[in-house]
Amino acid sequence: MKLLEKHEVLEKNSILLLIGIIVVVLIGGIIEIIPLFRKETVIEPVEGMRPYTPLELAGYNIYLREGCYNCHSQHIRPLRDEVTRYGHYSLAAESMYDHPFQWGSKRTGPDLSRVGGKYSDEWHVAHLIKPQSVVPESIMPSYSFLMRRAATISDLDKHLKTLRMIGVPYTEDMIANAEKDAVAQATGDRVDTSGFVSRYGEKVNARDFDGQQHTVTEMDALVAYLQVLGTMVDFKSAKNIHMVEE
Amino acid sequence: MNAQTHPNYNMDVVKLFTLATCFWGVVGMLVGVIIALQLAFPVLNIEPLLTFGRLRPIHTSGVIFAFGGNALFATSYYIVQRTCRVRLWNDKLAFFTFWGYQTFIVMAAFGYLMGVTQAKEYAEPEWYADIWLTIVWVAYLLVFLGTVIKRKEPHLYVANWFFLAFIITVAVLHLGNAMHIPVDIRGLKSYSVTSGVQSAMIQWWYGHNAVGFFLTAGFLGMMYYFIPKRAERPVYSYRLSIVHFWSLIFIYIWAGPHHLHYTALPDWAQTLGMTFSVMLWMPSWGGMINGAMTLSGAWHKLRKDPVLQFMIVSLAFYGMGTFEGPLLSIRVVNALSHYTDWTIGHVHSAALGWNGFITFGALYMLVPLLWERKEVYSLKLVSVHLWLGTFGIVLYITAMWASGIMQGLMWRSYDEMGFLTYSFVETVVAMHPFYVIRAMGGLLFLTGTLLMCYNFYRTIKGDVRAGEVDKNGQPRVPMLNGKALSAPQEGK
Repeated sequence: MKLLEKHEVLEKNSILLLIGIIVVVLIGGIIEIIPLFRKETVIEPVEGMRPYTPLELAGYNIYLREGCYNCHSQHIRPLRDEVTRYGHYSLAAESMYDHPFQWGSKRTGPDLSRVGGKYSDEWHVAHLIKPQSVVPESIMPSYSFLMRRAATISDLDKHLKTLRMIGVPYTEDMIANAEKDAVAQATGDRVDTSGFVSRYGEKVNARDFDGQQHTVTEMDALVAYLQVLGTMVDFKSAKNIHMVEE
Repeated sequence: MNAQTHPNYNMDVVKLFTLATCFWGVVGMLVGVIIALQLAFPVLNIEPLLTFGRLRPIHTSGVIFAFGGNALFATSYYIVQRTCRVRLWNDKLAFFTFWGYQTFIVMAAFGYLMGVTQAKEYAEPEWYADIWLTIVWVAYLLVFLGTVIKRKEPHLYVANWFFLAFIITVAVLHLGNAMHIPVDIRGLKSYSVTSGVQSAMIQWWYGHNAVGFFLTAGFLGMMYYFIPKRAERPVYSYRLSIVHFWSLIFIYIWAGPHHLHYTALPDWAQTLGMTFSVMLWMPSWGGMINGAMTLSGAWHKLRKDPVLQFMIVSLAFYGMGTFEGPLLSIRVVNALSHYTDWTIGHVHSAALGWNGFITFGALYMLVPLLWERKEVYSLKLVSVHLWLGTFGIVLYITAMWASGIMQGLMWRSYDEMGFLTYSFVETVVAMHPFYVIRAMGGLLFLTGTLLMCYNFYRTIKGDVRAGEVDKNGQPRVPMLNGKALSAPQEGK
């Protein structure tokens, strides 16, 4: 074949070969990735999505740090059994403030994308301290140290600022009050949370998640994060979303 | 070595990478066995540092990037020198790639232990480690390309095309996926510039092509040198090399979205990912056929030579893995297999069988060559390693097939009233026996690797085990510290 004989040119010129390789490997990536940045064609608009509160964001970061994504997915597929087990299938908008996404690839434990509100705070705390105390057959590790460790909240303003740079709509007000809001959310009914609620909305959870007054622990942060998962979107008011079954 | 026919190669750096491959192989596989046991016996998790969530990235990065990466450095540096007939370009830079890469591994692994992670599978190192890796990788490209450019052979051998594709594409993938912005330049934490769907697509474009270019193209480079060399036969088909090389690297890059079936990723992208994954079957088997058929007219060598057996078995696992991959990428199959152990089994049949075995085969050839011995200390031990490893893999993948398919079916099982039959935790309980079997399989595989390290220790010392025969079945003289113990026994 003529064409194959021409291949000799590439074998004798390594720079030409290198350029050829780069061109060939770039094509697929460009075609699959670039169009996704026309976000209006990818993310259907829904009511209720808001950025994480500072405390929830601290919880998200603990979730990442402990490698929870190694065993828990956060993406419900539009398959009959998954919708029955976990709830409405996941929407693109629901992870649009996750930098990066936490969809996961393995369910050694159950999907967590709609775990928010399904269990009480006390359940989550007991479960994280010793999973086997509430689910005897569980193979999840214990995370009791979260109860003893104060959450790092003093630099949350920097986190919010960084996220704003890459498109998360945090306001000046939210950034300025980041630390205060984290304390308010973890203290709940014992302090005035009106400022916090005005910034993040009426639906926000503000209470002492871990039952330990006076400290904002990592347990507070993680439970606050878990309790908001999947609860932001108001599915009753959503019109464009259809139930798809297998 | 004859100085007139052989240029003054830089084999010292190849030796370092070879030793590092053995070391990280043991570490990575040991952590694998530990986390496998943690899944079977959760009491083995010790919070906060030694939990499954923090250890798993050490296992995955340890075996892929530390064990596999060092093996690729060692073999690519060896092969490029031999096939270009020149010394590696720039000794200082070559040694920098060694120490730089080990530093990266330690930096990343220590970070995982402390919970410093970007939480993207196979791309967990934080921004500072990513920058360091970029520097090391550019140095690697320069050393490799510099050597290629000053070569004395007019033609660039096929193994080098694959190494070049591996090095440059991994650089592109790394830069694309590492787009993170640090919260504080003095801090460890960073956020991914992209989020949600976009970050998922970029992550799996990266993730799947870490498989495609790190674990496939690079290791095919290894295969294209060591199999023909050991079999003493030319590569089966030059034409097939060209066709499968270009089609492999073109098609692989599209396959990423098969990790995101039924997600919020647009359907057109999922369909492209699935289509190209199925197409990928052909160029993958092109490589397998080209490697296996290289033994044409030399199949008898396979009977006596466990090193050649290692490499041919690795191609069989490569063929199996690259058939199973396209199968799992089909949406309806993926609906069942995704999120289950089936994926884990698939990965390990390819990683242990293909990457592990081709590396072992290459190392068994490389160590005697580098330390100027005729053969390894004991080919019998190589054979024992081969069988330990194979039994380990078989236990591992059959356990994972059974547990994966079973769990997938349990999740979607309904009773006659239309309710889900099983709670989630019931499916977890059902996994237990398979997790125990899997850990045993991993332990067997690790034992084989330890045996290999012992074999190398004795080889480097200059020993030959008593009663050994060489790859052609001829008796060898037993040796200790490079000195013959006695004459070979006659008459056997």
